[in-house]
Amino acid sequence: MPGSVQSVERAAAIVRLLAAESEPLALAQVAGALGLAKPTAHGLLRTLCEVEFVDRDENGRYRVGRDLLQLGSTQLDVNELRSRAINWTDALAARTGEAARVAMFRDGEAVVAHHVFRVGAGHQTLETGKAVPLHATALGKVLTAFDPGAARAALDRPLEGLTYRTVTDRSTLVRELADVRDAGYATAVEESAPGVAGIAAPVRDRGGYVVAAIGIGGPVDSLCDARGRPRSRLAEDVLWAARAISREFGHGRS
Amino acid sequence: MTERYVAALDQGTTSSRCLLFDGQGRLVSLAQRQHHQHFPRSGWVEHDALEIWEIVRRLVPEALSNAGAAPEQVVALGVTNQRETTVVWDRDTGRPVAPAIVWQDTRTAELLQSLCENLDAATVYERTGLPAATYFSGPKLRWILDSDPSLRDRAERGDLLFGTMDTWLVWNLTGGVDGGLHVTDVTNASRTMLMDLRTLSWDPELLACMGVPAAMLPEIRPSMAELATTRDPVPGIPITAVIGDQQASLFGQTAFEPGEAKCTFGTGSFLLLNTGTEIARSRHGLVTTVAHQVAGEPAVYALEGSVAVAGALVEWCRESLDLIRSPAEIETLAMTVDDNGGCYVVPAFSGLYAPRWESRAQGIVAGLTGYVTKGHLARAVLEASALQISEVARAMNRDVDVPLSSLAVDGGMTANNLLMQAVADYVDVPVVRPMMAETVALGAAYAAGLVAGYWPDRQVLKRQWHKAGEWHPELDPAVRRQHLERWDRAVELAIAWGAPASPSPYLD
Repeated sequence: MPGSVQSVERAAAIVRLLAAESEPLALAQVAGALGLAKPTAHGLLRTLCEVEFVDRDENGRYRVGRDLLQLGSTQLDVNELRSRAINWTDALAARTGEAARVAMFRDGEAVVAHHVFRVGAGHQTLETGKAVPLHATALGKVLTAFDPGAARAALDRPLEGLTYRTVTDRSTLVRELADVRDAGYATAVEESAPGVAGIAAPVRDRGGYVVAAIGIGGPVDSLCDARGRPRSRLAEDVLWAARAISREFGHGRS
Repeated sequence: MTERYVAALDQGTTSSRCLLFDGQGRLVSLAQRQHHQHFPRSGWVEHDALEIWEIVRRLVPEALSNAGAAPEQVVALGVTNQRETTVVWDRDTGRPVAPAIVWQDTRTAELLQSLCENLDAATVYERTGLPAATYFSGPKLRWILDSDPSLRDRAERGDLLFGTMDTWLVWNLTGGVDGGLHVTDVTNASRTMLMDLRTLSWDPELLACMGVPAAMLPEIRPSMAELATTRDPVPGIPITAVIGDQQASLFGQTAFEPGEAKCTFGTGSFLLLNTGTEIARSRHGLVTTVAHQVAGEPAVYALEGSVAVAGALVEWCRESLDLIRSPAEIETLAMTVDDNGGCYVVPAFSGLYAPRWESRAQGIVAGLTGYVTKGHLARAVLEASALQISEVARAMNRDVDVPLSSLAVDGGMTANNLLMQAVADYVDVPVVRPMMAETVALGAAYAAGLVAGYWPDRQVLKRQWHKAGEWHPELDPAVRRQHLERWDRAVELAIAWGAPASPSPYLD
């Protein structure tokens, strides 16, 4: 698209991020959520404050400007997400042979927006509309790592131990979420149920805002190598699908 | 070793797409763009064939670049298309002489009454497998020729060419004015009302009574054959399959054997059943059509239940009513209520196709009360697609020995869970979606890849079919029956509304 200005897109993403939040965010949270360098995020926030699209409170945290809030925030429609993700979720399931799911953060939970069955497995039921644990699944961790609302929802309540490998310690989880942001994808091995592993990556919109997570889930033996680590080829497949869906939302397009 | 791919060009009613598939039939890249729909008058639907060709010219290189693939990595191209849509163009300039008349267009409703005076409808049906309806290409072509007296002379001299979208694209892909190949395939030709189903060639009697000069017709070729090599926009790719979109998705679902069926939900919805090399005849309002033909082999036929409006109704809710911002949101809106609130929408925008074939029927909304909200309307919109397909499925079950035990579905609307559940409820069989909703394109790629030797045989393709999702009937049989009865009444009302009015004691 001619004349598209990256800093405007980023500023719009910041406004949308702040508009989706009920509490003010620190600079680091904004930068982390959008994958921006801190100085870049700072420059954008300062400008946004000048135009009164964003307010900075006494603690130096940012929230969306009061006037802008009246415009309301438009959340991504769950069915819109499914229709944009369907082709690439199919392709991911076909590439990996594992069940593929797309999840988004809605009303305090990670909700499955789309589910594709595992290749060749017996009877399976569609899990669309069901919630998965934010702290104990790869899909949930992606949303928690990149969406401050999800992070608050996950970290403000006790971390329920679902298996002996569930991360139930807050600071351990927070460290792990930082690793997820660095790696660009999340894994969970037997953290929600015994014998089950998952790999997931973020789906970003045009401005870089993480609107959903896409991932695969299946038996530990299929997803992990002999040392119990998720296979890198599968992680690449998940990232490939995440990039393809992000492209449907205009991310990474010039 | 360098990866090799098969490409599919899917020229649909609302958009065109170019897709690349790998050896496992998995989507590798997709480029897509919509074109304009023109509604110049009530009942008229037109496309700009030049706009579509310009879009296709951009999509092919875009799909290659999305995959990081060089042209020589593409071993074959399959072309698939919206069927029946009629283009007439000048052989020397390459420019259409009139807007393309889209399959949904009903302008030929009056023309049909007088079209075939020398052949009765039963003979036409016997020969072509088609009832007299506005849907098919022949009458549209006749309308274009009648619209301007100079056109018929030019057509008879061979200066004008006729084609459906497959013909238009292949002609342009192979050089256009500079020696483009003027061909169609048996599946597309079987939608014109001009081809004899048994001989697979243009029927002189039908041409004569439809008033179509033979000089303007493309050569009919098998669907799967080494046709030509592209010259534009990316030279050097072998075109090895041309097949109508619904037949392509039957192939993409790997419904190769007699008795295998599929239902595609796109702009319209289409249930096709493979009947093998036998020309099966419907006694319940279905169409007989060619499913595909491999060069040197007998043609394979299908029974088809065509429904003109499915996704088109959702699109109408967005574009014309502003009820939703995107088609997917119809499900969100429909989920705000538990049922249709007694409301039924009969989307007879193009009259009614199978199984009733009522060209003059017009759309209605029945059961309106103050209780009905836009949520109920959204639900009625989705249920309309499910109810129409259930009618067609019942007609098909009456025509064949073995009723459908499950329904394989595909198309963009299979992303709509509410619709898929409604289809399972009203057709009353499990609904199964394969791991590739874009089955039209996949089928074109499969057909092209088989000819090119990219895949050794059909068994390999069968093994690539995987179940991605499944919906089971949940509706109480008594409730189901009640809905079907109300729907039937609503459809009767839509037909009555389109019929000439009878005298009223309340007027005059």
